[in-house]
Amino acid sequence: MLAYIARRLLATLPVMAMVAVVVFAILRLTPGDPAAIIAGDDATNEKLALIRTSMGLDLPIHQQFTHWVGQLLRGDLGTSLLSGTPVLDMIADRVGPSLALGIGTMVLTVIIAIPLGVIAAWKQGRLLDRSIMVFSVFGFSVPTFVIAYLLIYLLAIQLGWFPVQGYRPLSAGFWPFAQRLWLPIMALSAVYVALIARITRSSVIEVMNEDFIRTARAKGAHEGVVLMKHALRNAAVPILTVIGIGVASLISGVVVTETVFNLPGLGRLVVEAVLARDYPVIQGLILLFSLIYIFINLTVDVLYSVFDPRIRY
Amino acid sequence: MSSTSKTLRAISVTSLRAAFAIGALAWGAGAGAQTITAVMQSGLRVLDPILSTAFITRNHGYMIYDTLFGTDANYKIQPQMVGKWDVSADKKTYVFTLRDGLKWHDGAPVEAEDCVASIKRWAKNDAAGQLLMPMVSEIKAIDAKSFQVVLTEPTGLLMEGLSKLSSSPAFMMPKRIAETPSSESVKEFIGSGPFKFVASEFKPGLNVVYEKNRDYVPRSEPSSWTAGGKVVNVDKVQWVSMPDQMTAVNALTNGEVDYMEQVPFDLLPLVQANNKVKVDTLDRLGSWTYYRFNHLQAPFDNKKVRQAALYAVSQERVLQALVGDAKYYKTCAAVFGCGNPYANNYGADIVVPGNIEKAKALLKESGYDGTPVVILHPTDIAISAAQPVVIADALRKAGFKVDLKAMDWQTVVTLRSSQKPVSEGGWSIFSTYSNLATSGDPVGNSTIASAGKKSWAGWPDVPEIEALRLQFTKATEVSERKEITAKIQKLAIDEGVVGPLGQFVIPAAYSTKLTGVLDSPVTVFWNIKKGQ
Repeated sequence: MLAYIARRLLATLPVMAMVAVVVFAILRLTPGDPAAIIAGDDATNEKLALIRTSMGLDLPIHQQFTHWVGQLLRGDLGTSLLSGTPVLDMIADRVGPSLALGIGTMVLTVIIAIPLGVIAAWKQGRLLDRSIMVFSVFGFSVPTFVIAYLLIYLLAIQLGWFPVQGYRPLSAGFWPFAQRLWLPIMALSAVYVALIARITRSSVIEVMNEDFIRTARAKGAHEGVVLMKHALRNAAVPILTVIGIGVASLISGVVVTETVFNLPGLGRLVVEAVLARDYPVIQGLILLFSLIYIFINLTVDVLYSVFDPRIRY
Repeated sequence: MSSTSKTLRAISVTSLRAAFAIGALAWGAGAGAQTITAVMQSGLRVLDPILSTAFITRNHGYMIYDTLFGTDANYKIQPQMVGKWDVSADKKTYVFTLRDGLKWHDGAPVEAEDCVASIKRWAKNDAAGQLLMPMVSEIKAIDAKSFQVVLTEPTGLLMEGLSKLSSSPAFMMPKRIAETPSSESVKEFIGSGPFKFVASEFKPGLNVVYEKNRDYVPRSEPSSWTAGGKVVNVDKVQWVSMPDQMTAVNALTNGEVDYMEQVPFDLLPLVQANNKVKVDTLDRLGSWTYYRFNHLQAPFDNKKVRQAALYAVSQERVLQALVGDAKYYKTCAAVFGCGNPYANNYGADIVVPGNIEKAKALLKESGYDGTPVVILHPTDIAISAAQPVVIADALRKAGFKVDLKAMDWQTVVTLRSSQKPVSEGGWSIFSTYSNLATSGDPVGNSTIASAGKKSWAGWPDVPEIEALRLQFTKATEVSERKEITAKIQKLAIDEGVVGPLGQFVIPAAYSTKLTGVLDSPVTVFWNIKKGQ
């Protein structure tokens, strides 16, 4: 297992190198001019040219690339072209809300979705199963922003239970931190609960027809034990895959939720950086997201073997 | 609010009081300090107001920097950092003396050498400064508090430049900062203005905090636009960025923010219905929107084709699509803005009503051969998204072949600098908008500059306009300047230099806890008091 993990980690290097080259090339091929954002709409061409020169944007692409790679090798992601802030600092500022939102959503999702999926599988074809599936269809058919605005209207504006927007770090106290995260977590969970409940249901139904389930029941095992210990454990692989993909996408790309609830997360940062053509920030973020995906894939692969002993690396 | 929801709210508030008390304790850090939380039109990222002409950066500049002169609501130039000044009889030598008590935010006194360095850096970056500098033979400090500017010939441009409202006002900085090359952003943000920039709390694009400059000595005159006493009555002002305007409106109505600089027109009914929020037009000058032709390429290299297009587009239709509520817009043909001193109505019969039949006739006369008209259409900025659609529709009705290309604003900015023909990725028309505080005269208004390829995107080549602009910089009498600007107005419309699409104001909204909010073409936070 350790050798497998080491091999996977080593394989990260060429992947990251390829990502770096592709991202750099795509950004330079995309129309846009960070100098125009800096100078404003009334700037003359001469001024724009001066700003480009001062930022090194007039250098040949290969020189810009080697400069960036040199920085990367020194562990420096560069500085924002617009604000001059180090990219690492910007990411550090924004990672907290994204992590809190991602982890909170996944915890709430798993707590609700897996029992729902198991119950639906257990009561397959019955009213309870159909009700859960109707809820699931609703969950991923209604756009997150609609759910978000409904929650804001009802729970924040009408009832005054939560603030409409904003983020407070955990260091400001648990209550202010949690109070601002509840609504976005609830809004996002609706989609993931629906998705994971459906996956759980179909996976559990698949293994419920296996011989080992019949054997467990024949031995007189309690139905709860059959479901949770035997069926769910053997149905874990596809569920883990969906959870893994969910976590990765939550951390890197919940732009709509972060926007509606004004959470200063990574998803918003990447959109802002792309709209402003802030190349160092976009490059740094995409490298980070690639690393997150690689790490989560590796974790999910390792967990497969924990849940399913037949899988060995 | 219905009685059911009132009851629900009362029950929920009571039941959660204990929980909120814990939260309040955590929130309470810093309680007692009066803070205005404001949602600005965009996030602040670029901090150097001399380098950038962006409005949000200009507003940031007014928070932390001061100017030697300000402009009041009557367009009069008033002293701000300057205590007294003398002009020689030949109007070529100006001596400025700083008023007492001026200090930089780091505690050092403001000195004449700082101002000399600041003016020099500003002049390298700003359009008015660039026109002014060839007429300046010397700028030098006389002593710690006085400096002089010697001109080669009399011009009103010096005083207008030093008092300009927007963009890139002549903000004063300490000498060591003002010596930063004009193409690079300054790294330290120290001014002598009424607020101090709190660097440790700055998060680009998200959050910026200003604290009251307790050393600031305001002028004694009443505040008026950027002139008069800048009296700060709160401890802090925090600008937060909210990309979703609906979130900002919700936060304002819920009391989480105090001030929203611009309320989108479609969300106005939501704030107007709330009795704890006041809706007010603070920038009464407002903005104008316009479109530009590519004069270098077909079909708009033909004056008659430009004229046909000008006749085709109806301002009323554009403004209906952009603003909707007639209370907030007006049609206007003036390229220097209706309400500005150099407003002129020439061309109103051409650019305001929209006359498709006349446009068709002119297009036929022009010999238009069906060359496609490529209109750049930014879809990510609401305030610039409607105009291209209406223009395209009008031009199609007049007989043009139109290709409306959707893209983000950054792509528009890049593509519009291309001078290539449409067949090679070039463009024919783009539209945008500008603050009337910026566009009020031939110096600040880049849309009427007509020096061919040296001018702003569109590259009109009308030497008569350039000659008139130069004449304007040398004229000192108002009557003479009005004559010059009237001539420019006529040429700008007849030659199709710019197509005015009308004017609009965007209302602000703020909590009724705030009093003393000033009207001004730039957003200012002095004079405001915050009640409980």
